Amino acid sequence: MTAAEISQWETVIGLEIHAQLATSSKIFSGASTAYGAEANTQACAVDLGLPGVLPVLNREAVRMAIRFGVAIDANIDHQSVFARKNYFYPDLPKGYQISQFEHPIVGKGQISISPAEGEHKLVGITRAHLEEDAGKSIHDQFPEQSGIDLNRAGTPLLEIVSEPDMRSAKEAVAYARKIHSLVRYLEICDGNMQEGSFRCDANVSIRRRGSDQLGTRAEIKNINSFRFLERAINHEVERQIEVIEDGGRVVQETRLYDSERDETRSMRSKEEANDYRYFPDPDLLPVNISASDIAEIRAALPELPEQKKQRYISELGLSDYNAELLTANRDTAVYFETAFAEADATQAAVLVNWILGDLAGALNKAGLDITESPINPAALVQLVARIADETISGKIAKQVFDAMWQGEGNADEIIEARGLRQITDSGAIETLIDEVIAANPEQVEQFRAGKEKVLGFLVGQVMKESRGKANPGQVNALLRDKLK
Amino acid sequence: MPMTVTEIRQGLASGQFSSVEITRDYLQRIAQHNPALNCFISVTEDLALQQAGAADALLAQGNPGLLTGVPLAHKDLFCTDGVKTSCGSRMLDNFIAPYDATAVERIRDAGAVMLGKTNMDEFAMGSSNENSWYGNVANPWNTAHVPGGSSGGSAAAVAAGLAPAATGTDTGGSIRQPAALCGVTGIKPTYGRVSRYGMIAFGSSLDQGGPFARSAADCALLLQAMSGFDARDSTSSDTPVDDYSARLEQGIEGLKIGLPKEYFAEGLDSRLARVIETAIDELRKQGAEILDISLPNTHLSIPTYYVVAMAECSSNLSRFDGVRFGHRCENPVDLEDLYKRSRGEGFGAEVKRRILIGTYALSAGYYDAYYLKAQQLRRMIKNDFQTAFDSVDLILGPTTPEVAFKIGAKTDDPVSMYLQDIYTISLNLAGLPGLSLPVGFVDGLPVGMQLIGNYFDEARLLQVAHRYQQVSDWHLQAPEAFS
Repeated sequence: MTAAEISQWETVIGLEIHAQLATSSKIFSGASTAYGAEANTQACAVDLGLPGVLPVLNREAVRMAIRFGVAIDANIDHQSVFARKNYFYPDLPKGYQISQFEHPIVGKGQISISPAEGEHKLVGITRAHLEEDAGKSIHDQFPEQSGIDLNRAGTPLLEIVSEPDMRSAKEAVAYARKIHSLVRYLEICDGNMQEGSFRCDANVSIRRRGSDQLGTRAEIKNINSFRFLERAINHEVERQIEVIEDGGRVVQETRLYDSERDETRSMRSKEEANDYRYFPDPDLLPVNISASDIAEIRAALPELPEQKKQRYISELGLSDYNAELLTANRDTAVYFETAFAEADATQAAVLVNWILGDLAGALNKAGLDITESPINPAALVQLVARIADETISGKIAKQVFDAMWQGEGNADEIIEARGLRQITDSGAIETLIDEVIAANPEQVEQFRAGKEKVLGFLVGQVMKESRGKANPGQVNALLRDKLK
Repeated sequence: MPMTVTEIRQGLASGQFSSVEITRDYLQRIAQHNPALNCFISVTEDLALQQAGAADALLAQGNPGLLTGVPLAHKDLFCTDGVKTSCGSRMLDNFIAPYDATAVERIRDAGAVMLGKTNMDEFAMGSSNENSWYGNVANPWNTAHVPGGSSGGSAAAVAAGLAPAATGTDTGGSIRQPAALCGVTGIKPTYGRVSRYGMIAFGSSLDQGGPFARSAADCALLLQAMSGFDARDSTSSDTPVDDYSARLEQGIEGLKIGLPKEYFAEGLDSRLARVIETAIDELRKQGAEILDISLPNTHLSIPTYYVVAMAECSSNLSRFDGVRFGHRCENPVDLEDLYKRSRGEGFGAEVKRRILIGTYALSAGYYDAYYLKAQQLRRMIKNDFQTAFDSVDLILGPTTPEVAFKIGAKTDDPVSMYLQDIYTISLNLAGLPGLSLPVGFVDGLPVGMQLIGNYFDEARLLQVAHRYQQVSDWHLQAPEAFS
């Protein structure tokens, strides 16, 4: 398929994100939500849907949902209602899921995303509602039979539904990352995609460019990483274009993304899907939320990524781009702020360059999270301070950084042990300069004849002689003096 | 003549008999008469004697609770830890809950002895106790007639003296109607007064537990033990519980009692009407002021109720799928087969009918016309009562349109069966308390009169019923065949 063919089509994407709320007990029972326990050891009578037992709402889940709502400036109604979504499935113990339908806890809101450097876009959030998770069916442990693990049944989820505002897989990923970042800032979700704490379903459709009608959408499920999200959407878009250009029609259906084969395949068609027969759950009273509840939660909000970013720009003079990168992940921002608190105030930009440059590169290469960094914020501050006080040059600092990464000690120890202290003694540097002048008469001649560029070569030679330890600024000034 | 709970408490306190002795008496009566009546699904003889022994020890210490040593029975819809809870269904014939319902726990904590679990219409769906997997219950006053339902086993057991008291549940009249048909006293409290935790749900917004006994004074004791806020039921109320027994002796002089004209209109057997009018005259003599009132939306209560109750039950009964507990079909070939045959075999005809109707009422395209409409009508019915209570303290009428009918008389006509609840179901829709007490006989079968109170005004219902029972003896009569 050519780019021209693709470009006739516009992609329209909306995401449904399920964020598992970080409560210690379930949304309607007292059972633990901890991940990874032996099957069915964390399912009480309520989670098992035994006869006669009743759900009791976990207020912490409500507070967490409101935190999210306040953070995206959403409407939060004074009353929210739980509803039953009825369908039969073995891992759904009651034969219905307690969810929300007509009166979700979080109404319309929006969030700003940055799909590329310097680009900004507002994405609408239709609603976010509370619901309980289902259990898990296990098909590979018992021959000829399926097992059911209800440990996950009743785990609180916040389902965040976006408007169909995204126009490319890249935008969808930027949006998903932004929500991921936000829920972690708010400390309402651990964001662990491998364990299923943060799951994305993508509603994808295409339409001819210029059309204002939405095309028929397919819902893609089972996406457990941002990389797969991008790939799944791109594949689905290609598939839909092919279907239409071959004279076919996209059917509304649920498709499963298979990351091993890198394709989506049909799971069930919406036309034959369940009628969920939603109705208000008579076992739970409507949740009343007062203006003062909301105000209290708003007052207790931490600084959010967007606010942090603006503060970094205005107070610390960081670039928009760096501020965005630094705040995208809460742990990166925490690392930076911990370091900055101990550093000289003038060193903000230098610190940021180290964090987003060498440190990010090394972490990425090693597949480590910044919270697992072998170089802690205080250690990085010491390294930066040694550059500032001219103990070492920026170039030597990279050597020291590598040694620190390998666990050879802190910056001072490494500088001492390896004898990397910068030479600032004019006498010593002049000796080196004299040697270089004597060894390079030709270049000296050229410089004196007005060829400015040659100075760089001569500085380089002096630095080489010093094995990088001479102060480059000093070398430059002294060399000029000598060559006058 | 069978004893009341009040008499048993006195006998235990005075040492006239022990709890073990009286419990043995009841167990013996059950053994003798249950084959004819079929009131009990389970008789927990060993447990009862063990609890009675413990109660006797407490009584000997001189520090008894409200019901210490008093034997009674629970409707088989209340979950009981370690004892089968069938809900009258094949579906739960093998189900033993690992927990007690809150009402059961509170009654046990008050010291009562459990004799067993009583028969009922399957999942509380029925007005005649003919819908039980365990067979129908006979009315002790005439065993060819039904005892009413769905708590037919409890009502008949109390009427026949197989238990001095029993628990029941009332979704559309399931305490008051069998109380009326069996000639005993029964009260359905305000929605939220008794915890629903551990009560197997039929219509969650309507279900409410309550007691059957031989007198209002006994009901006061039982209700006292059962009532109160429960953190495990989000719909339970934290309104303080009145001291029901303490208020029994207050007079009824000047009390305004309203008679809804709709409850005395066409459909009511004129012989019942005359019996009720005689009882009203007695209350007038006791100083009550009788006023005519209107509840204009009464005729909407049956269709409204059957949409709401069936919609809720269609969802509530989804958990009975053969996967985790209850009946599972033999050798299912796949998941769909497992669901279809387990539910097809496990549920009886009336339960299936209601699940189907409820599923239909909630379906896309019908929800607005049925479920939402029913919710609107429910508010109108509730408003009728609120308007009435602006001018009266209490509402009075018949409990049922006729006395107990013959077994089998209405089984082919579900609508005629549903009409048995015409005077009772509007209270469940409104969430109001109602009490039925015996006020006479027609054709040798008991007639029940219903008292309807404002929210949390159970004490007043008990007080009026108690006053009537001080000057009448209908409640003390017992069917000869079982005396």
